[in-house]
Amino acid sequence: MGVEQKLGNFGVVTVKLEDLINWGRYRSMYPLLMGIACCAIEMMSAQAAHYDMSRFGMELMRASPRQSDLMIVAGRVTRKMAPVLRRLYDQMPDPKWVLSMGDCASCSGVFNNYALVQGVDEVVPVDVYVAGCPPRPEALIHGIITVHEKVKGEKLKDWA
Amino acid sequence: MSDLKEGLKEIVGVMRERFDADVYGFRDEASLVVKSDQIVEVCRTLRDEYEFEMLATLTAVDYWPEQTPRFHVVYRLRSLERNIIIGLRVLLEGNAPELPTVEGVYKNANWFERELWDMFGIHIEGHSDLRRILMPHDWEGHPLRKDYPLGYEEVQFTFNFDEIDLRKPYAKE
Repeated sequence: MGVEQKLGNFGVVTVKLEDLINWGRYRSMYPLLMGIACCAIEMMSAQAAHYDMSRFGMELMRASPRQSDLMIVAGRVTRKMAPVLRRLYDQMPDPKWVLSMGDCASCSGVFNNYALVQGVDEVVPVDVYVAGCPPRPEALIHGIITVHEKVKGEKLKDWA
Repeated sequence: MSDLKEGLKEIVGVMRERFDADVYGFRDEASLVVKSDQIVEVCRTLRDEYEFEMLATLTAVDYWPEQTPRFHVVYRLRSLERNIIIGLRVLLEGNAPELPTVEGVYKNANWFERELWDMFGIHIEGHSDLRRILMPHDWEGHPLRKDYPLGYEEVQFTFNFDEIDLRKPYAKE
């Protein structure tokens, strides 16, 4: 109270450090611009005007992995593509999260064969799986909100 | 075989005599069966004398275990001038199948023949760059053969979830 009277209408907020940093991270999480197969169409339509993702701070997808936080693996990953995916994951700086979109990325969907990686968690560690073939944009947004909930619950002792 | 176009009927007749080939046909399509050492000459003749400028497709079919020459390599040549498609089949045995390249006649046979090598194991003699095209370069096996195993892993249902979960290769950080 005393501070307000001296400095005018100067709002002061106290907050925990981990809440502040988590707020900063989940309110502006940039996805990586990488659509692999058909789920990419639903990812594009989730990003577009009708099911807007920019209301969550994900205004644009960064094409460069060095500038992105969230990798949405959208689509089937072949065995030939798997090292490329891993390299993109390794090039993303910490903190990073992976969302496996669709059935093919989560468990290879209908394709139980030699050509595809059976679930992208053989290649990169996944935080959230979104089911669907393809998941509707609303389902993808629900998955993204789940990632945000996960980030909100992160603790200082884990990343300090 | 009765509904062949006139132009195609004439070409099939000439080719059959010249190269001593059998003919498979179905409705308005015709397909000549040639030997593997004749195939380059047949393609060159068709391209130069009968204006079949385009190799539309080159694939193989595996008829194991039903038929004995296991692989049938299928070429389909198109003549754009006359609007005809003619098929050629080469029958190959199963152990170490080899085929001369038609890359000199049709440039696009390059990738088709790489796919034959990758998927069926049919070695192509004279090819400029024979390596795997669809599978990773260090893959073993030829996937589209009929004796290649179908399916890859055991399906994980609720009742066997935990036991399969122990065996699944999860990624490290």
